[in-house]
Formats: sequence, structure tokens, C-alpha cells
Amino acid sequence: MSAPGMTDRNTVAIERALDIEGRSLWTDARRRLVRNKAALTSIIVLSIIALMAAFVPFFWPYGYADIDYANIACAPDWWPGTDAACRAGGYHIFGMDQNGRDLFIRVLYGARVSLAVGFVATLVSLLIGVTYGAIAGFVGGRLDEMMMRFVDVLYSLPFIFFVIILMVVFNQNFFLLFVAIGAVEWLTMARIVRGQTLSIKQKEFIEAARAAGVGTIANIRHHVIPNVLGPVVVYVTLTIPTVILAESFLSFLGLGIQDPLTSWGVLIADGKDHMETAPWMLIFPALFMAVTLFCFNFIGDGLRDALDPKDR
Amino acid sequence: MWPYAIRRILGAVPTLFIIIALTFFMMHIAPGGPFDAQRHLPPEIEHNVRAAYNLDKPVWEQFVIYVGNLLHGDLGPSYKNHDFTVSQLIAVGLPVSARLGFSAIVLAIVLGISLGTVAALSQNKATDYSVMGLAMIGITIPTFVTAPVLALIFGIYGLHFFGYDFFLPAGGWNGGAIANMILPVTVLALPQIAIISRLVRGSMVEVLRSNYVRTARAKGLPNHIVIFRHALRAALLPVVSYLGPAIAGLLTGSLIVETIFGIPGIGRYFVEGAINRDYTLVMGVVICYAAFVIVLNLVADILYALLDPRVRFA
Repeated sequence: MSAPGMTDRNTVAIERALDIEGRSLWTDARRRLVRNKAALTSIIVLSIIALMAAFVPFFWPYGYADIDYANIACAPDWWPGTDAACRAGGYHIFGMDQNGRDLFIRVLYGARVSLAVGFVATLVSLLIGVTYGAIAGFVGGRLDEMMMRFVDVLYSLPFIFFVIILMVVFNQNFFLLFVAIGAVEWLTMARIVRGQTLSIKQKEFIEAARAAGVGTIANIRHHVIPNVLGPVVVYVTLTIPTVILAESFLSFLGLGIQDPLTSWGVLIADGKDHMETAPWMLIFPALFMAVTLFCFNFIGDGLRDALDPKDR
Repeated sequence: MWPYAIRRILGAVPTLFIIIALTFFMMHIAPGGPFDAQRHLPPEIEHNVRAAYNLDKPVWEQFVIYVGNLLHGDLGPSYKNHDFTVSQLIAVGLPVSARLGFSAIVLAIVLGISLGTVAALSQNKATDYSVMGLAMIGITIPTFVTAPVLALIFGIYGLHFFGYDFFLPAGGWNGGAIANMILPVTVLALPQIAIISRLVRGSMVEVLRSNYVRTARAKGLPNHIVIFRHALRAALLPVVSYLGPAIAGLLTGSLIVETIFGIPGIGRYFVEGAINRDYTLVMGVVICYAAFVIVLNLVADILYALLDPRVRFA
């Protein structure tokens, strides 16, 4: 159809274009995130904590429920001051708790529980929130109005109370803890996804898909959800610390994880009871928890800047 | 304004009803009841006790009786604190909780706004970074960590200045003495101070760049008038809309603070009541909290509309 010279020139142009590396939204975002020092440090610190929580228990000489009656609430060897009643010795680098258990391994088990709850409950909230928000936003009309009104009503409930009651009712079931917290945290996610869906729905590619005969559900799955992922990812990193806090809050009140298994909330509650005589029992779990929460918040902020550069 | 307020309050009635129904049925489908843990009673007496509290009737009938009594303002007797009605317990605890929460919110608003404004005025300078760093700490470190740590530092170790020791009470209420209030109010207010100062800084930075502020400066108005009369008023809008969530956060925090500092408010009743299956007490506290949240949200919305002339009562 076109002149032979024209084709040549096109081939050259195409070859040249192939040499240019394509940059998707996600590659760009990753580059910006890595350049953000606070976020990068947070990712590294968080990975260290997670890896320690995952692997150290396999080779640590003490188990999380091993009791050493001779060394109840003893200070670690390096603890300053002479006022400590006894020294733990051995590899008890964080000292002992009120039952003579190694605090270091308990803090790591606490990390396991807290991180697991953080991820699983956030996943629950993600599934509910994204599905709910996408359907409400995409279908629109009366259904949207009803669904969002329901969210408004739930928003005005003091929800932590329901989780407390749930935990009491179902006897501190571990699995239920995940679901209950996740089921509380999905509301904001649903609102965010709905808002994004409303604007995406107007785009031509959705109309094109619909014209090509793609059904509502397939359209939401293949075209809407992949395009709302940006804000969702940011909100997920901010939900995880909220969820960890909620779990620790419940455990602190004695309604979450039960002894001998532990979580940061339980450890902090124990530490609070013994802070006059054994301050390390409060300091180490609190430190681990604070650092973790810091990291998630910095990563969340970094991701927001990386995915939404127009704010900068 | 008044028709709007009345419509909002009427709209809150179904919300309150949902809360009451949810709490009631969740408490009652639980295995176990308020009289399980006590020593074994002869069957006739146990039957009489259950009958006295209507626990022998079907759950839905108990619910109807409860709501009926509630409409007369009767929250029922407490199952565990014998000889007290729930209304009496709340009447004792609510002023304490309210005083604590009110002091905390006032402190959070005053400090949060000042810190946020200071940070915004020295944007990207050392003051800004240190305020925002502190705010980050305030947001991430939870109440149940700050409470025991501050109690440890100020209540047990004490502060040593020039040979004098300063101690603050690490617990107790002592009829609401100022010294006893300092630590709990600070702990309760810290996260809110952090969030409010971040909000104020963000909106203040934006407002300071806007055209009308530049106009005000161009007119030759002195700096403090530009800031206080022109910029701050607009910058405070996000704070007002944050007041609703702030109150919810304070309620959650008060559960912890009242438990740790041993303050006889209604937050502690709730935790104890939930653990002891004291149905009526839990119901009473939840209703009380929910009513608070609803009313204060309404106040925040009205305040918002008064501050921002663009908002109409719709």
C-alpha cells in the first residue's frame, strides 16, 4: 500500500523504538520508592524483623514456653545498674519475663502473631472493601446509594466495641480475631475504591469493553480493579499498622491472644505490670512494635509519593 | 440550621436502634451467662434468679422488654455490681470520663493547631521537620505504650531538678485532682495532637500559597493579622471535619487509659462488663458512647457549615 522507501523508514523507526525501554506506572513507582531513603530504610528494617521472626525460632536455644524457675524476671547480662535482683545469663539477650521465659524469643513470637494478624486481617478487609466498593461504584444508581448509606451507618458505630464483644462471645478464637478485625477495617477501603471506580467508569476503554459484550462482573474484574490498585496499595500499607494496633489493643485488654502464645500487646501488658522491677519487659516489645509501625507508615507515605507524583 | 439539626437527630434514631439490637443479640447468643461462674445454686433458686432478670424468656422477648424499659429511661439493674442500677453506675462514671475526654480534646485542639501553624510557617526548616517528626511518633506509638512508659518515667522514677524530686501520681483519680489528671490527659491527647498538627500544617501550607493571602499581604497587612484572621480560619476546616473521628479515637483510647491509670470512668465498666457478661452494663455503656458519638458528629457538622459559607445545610 505504501511506497517501498516509506516501509524502510518505518522499519527503522520501529527498531529504534524497540531499543527504548518501556516504563510502566509500576516500574516508575518502584524507582521513586527506592530513591526515597525513609521508605527504603523502612523496607529493609521491616524485612529484618520479619526474617528474624520467621527463622530465629528454629535455632534459638529457648522455646517461647520454656520456663526457667531459677531466673524469673531476671535482667539481661548487659543491663546497666546494680539494682537488678538477678542476671539471666546464657543467651537471654532481652532478659526473662515474669514466668522465667526468654523474652527475646517471646518478642519474636509476638512479631509472628502481630505480622500474621496484620497481613491476614488486611487481606480480609481488602477482599471485602474492594469487592464492595467496585460493585457499588460500577453499578451505581440506587444500589450504590443503598450500599454507601450502609457504610455510613457502620462508620458511625464505635466499632472496636463490637470486636470486643465478639471476642468475648466467641472465647478469643484465634481465627475469628483475624476475621473480626478485617471485617471492621474494610469501610474506608470500600469508600476509596468506589470513588476511583466512579471516575474510571467514565473512561472510553470501559465503554469499549462493554460495547464488545463484556459483562458487568468480568468488566469489574479485568478493567476496573487493575486500575484502582494504586490507591488501594497505599491504603493497604496504612491498614496493616492499624490492624496490628487493633490486635495489640485487644490482647492488651486480655481479649486477644492467650498465654503461652503471645503477641506484642500481651507482652506490653505484662511489661506494664512489672515495669517497676523489670523495665526490659516493657521496653523491648514496645520498641519492636513502635519500629514496625513506623516502618509501615513510612512505606505508606513513600508509596503514596511514588504512585501519585503530582503532589510533589 | 435547626430543621437540619432535627432531621439529623431523627436520622440517628435508626442508627442507635441498630447499635442496640446488634449489641443485645451478640451478647445474648454467647454461650454462658452472667450467673455461670458463681457457686452452684439449687435449681429452684437459680430458676428464681433467672426469672427475676427475665433470663428464662426467649431472647426476642427479652429484647422487647429491654427496649420498652429503655424508652422509659430505665437501663436495668447491673448483673454483677449488686444493688446498683446501670443508670447509677453511669451517673457515677460518666462525669469522670467526660472530664477526662473533654480536657484531652481541648488540649489536643489547642496544641495541635499551634504546632501545625508553627510548622507550616517555617516550612521545610528545622522547626518544621522536628514538629512533624514528633507528630509521626505521636501517631505511630499507641496509647497502651505511652501510658505505662510515661507512668514509669514521671510516676515511679520521678524527675530530678536541682535536688528536688517531682513525682506525678501514676494512677488513681483522687476526685479529679489536677495532678492526677496530667498523665492520663496527656496520654489520651498525644495521638490527637499529632494528627491535628499534621492536618493543620498541610492545609496551612496550601492556604498560605493561595491568592487571597497574597492579596492580604499586598495590602500591607501585618503578618499576624494575615495569619490569624485570613489564613488560619480557612486552614482550620479539615480540623473541624476531623473532630468526629477524633472523638471516636478518644473513646477507644479512654478504655486503655482508664484501665491503666485506674480511673473510675465508664470505659473501665465496659471492659469489665464485657468480660463478666454483665449484659445490661455493657448495653448501657454502648448506648451512652453511641449517643455521644452521634451528637458530637452533628455538632462538628454544624460547626463546619458555620465556618465555611460555601457549605449549605442540605
